[in-house]
Amino acid sequence: MPTDTVPSSTSPDSPEIIEPKLMFTATEQSRKKQLTENIARCIFFVMTLLMILPLVLIVVYLFVKAAPILSPEFFFMNPEKGMRAGGIWAPLLGTIYIVIISLLVSAPVGVLAAVYLNEYARESWFTRIINLAVVNLAGVPSIVHALFGVGAFVYFARMGRSVLAASLTLAIMTLPVIIASTKEALGAVPMAFREACWNTGATRWQTIRGIVLPNSISGILTGVILQVSRAAGETAPIMFTGAVFFKAISEGDVLAYGLFDRFMALSMHLYQLSTQVPGVPDALEYGTAIVLLGTVLMVNALAIVLRVYLRSRKRW
Amino acid sequence: MAKISNSTKKIEIADLTVRYDGVEALKGISFDIYENEILGIIGPAQSGKTTLLKTINRTIELEPNAQVSGSVKIDGTDVKSIKNVNQLRRRIGMVFPLPVGLPLSIYDNVAFAPRTAGIRKRSELDELVERCLQQAALWDEVKDRLKSLGTKLSGGQQQRLTIARALSHQPEILCLDEFSIAIDPVTTMRIEDILKELRSQITIILVTNLIQQARRLAGRTAFIFENELIEINNNDIIFSDSPANRLTYDYVNGNFG
Repeated sequence: MPTDTVPSSTSPDSPEIIEPKLMFTATEQSRKKQLTENIARCIFFVMTLLMILPLVLIVVYLFVKAAPILSPEFFFMNPEKGMRAGGIWAPLLGTIYIVIISLLVSAPVGVLAAVYLNEYARESWFTRIINLAVVNLAGVPSIVHALFGVGAFVYFARMGRSVLAASLTLAIMTLPVIIASTKEALGAVPMAFREACWNTGATRWQTIRGIVLPNSISGILTGVILQVSRAAGETAPIMFTGAVFFKAISEGDVLAYGLFDRFMALSMHLYQLSTQVPGVPDALEYGTAIVLLGTVLMVNALAIVLRVYLRSRKRW
Repeated sequence: MAKISNSTKKIEIADLTVRYDGVEALKGISFDIYENEILGIIGPAQSGKTTLLKTINRTIELEPNAQVSGSVKIDGTDVKSIKNVNQLRRRIGMVFPLPVGLPLSIYDNVAFAPRTAGIRKRSELDELVERCLQQAALWDEVKDRLKSLGTKLSGGQQQRLTIARALSHQPEILCLDEFSIAIDPVTTMRIEDILKELRSQITIILVTNLIQQARRLAGRTAFIFENELIEINNNDIIFSDSPANRLTYDYVNGNFG
């Protein structure tokens, strides 16, 4: 009987008030529910740990393997002796170039297009087609973007295989994702705010500038920054559009590449080291990998910091 | 129909029909609203009261599936013919039932509309913000924290902030759509007193579910039922034992259903 477990702290003269206390004593059913709850919590926790585990393992493993070679010179020296020695200056600078140039193109175009689609465009067949295209383009494999880049930029626009052609190809690849993430950030600003502004006679642009953008800018930036890591990591789109096996540039000169030069890039370099060149010291490969991974993680960390800042600043 | 003597027509609504996806929300409504009157509008939910207000400042155009026919004239000009819709909306203050504090400071919430209209001078804005917050009976509660966020105010305070914002662009017409549902009775009374004062400068349309509020404040009241205008008359007739329409009597006296 559950009543046995009720402590008889109440006066014995009024047994009827024991009744409401029943709900606080454990019954068979509530114990079972608690057990299920604990098991569920454990499973979710273990899954979360499992998710982190590979990342930690990879980073630690790479660091240990790359340790002998990591030094300032590694960053500022070109690869030497048929890629079997030296550093990663040329590919590192190439990656920085294509990431910056591609985002200089895709970020403004993508953000402005998303603002138009979310804030100005009315629901019509035209906007439906655009939205459909955005969703589908975001899912197109990067090698298809590469082929498009070869046709459109390398040959048709006569840019040749160059920094510019590769950057534009990456821009095309990141554009739909930037549009989608920007639209999401804009959509998170409640419609009621816009209506309140319009009711006071504010124009659409005044509303966007005064209310919508200030409250979505962190989300927009997060979306854009995440595309940095994607642009830096992809090999396929640059392989046919300008990245080369080897190119010596002047060490330490940040302006070493011209827009129409061929270039080296980290992702491509790593691929070549590990598949095309026999006798490369392990540390060199792992060093390249850790720099690539480090860049990506650093950029993602920046995005996370922004997101945390966004949450702390949430204004409604 | 009764008329207020010596009053000019501020808004003329003629044969106004609004459909959402073909379903009528207002059926051929016609009536006039006079300058400097408080017109009460009563009627059950879904009878088209809010839609009526939205046709006046043309925010109905933001509803993608709404079709409007008939005309709404302000000072003799059809609102449809007004090219700059923002200019029109600036002339009309709107307060809807759900309070919306913009994600800005309390000060900026009220200064938003004047700024979009081009007022930049700090002293002018300060004065305007204080006056509007006074009129919305909010000033005493927030005067020491004008820089804190408007969205962090309580529901009732946000509603009064919304009223202050509606007054901030110095409208000629003020549309209040159940402004008092989130506001306590004492504060409601204070705002009602202010509305009576404002009547000398502004034409006020008061949509309300509180029949007593329409009775207290309005000079005339319109009764809308099932998307049609049943009756518009002076309050002494609407709230008498013999309004022009039997339905009005039943609604006002709670004999419905």
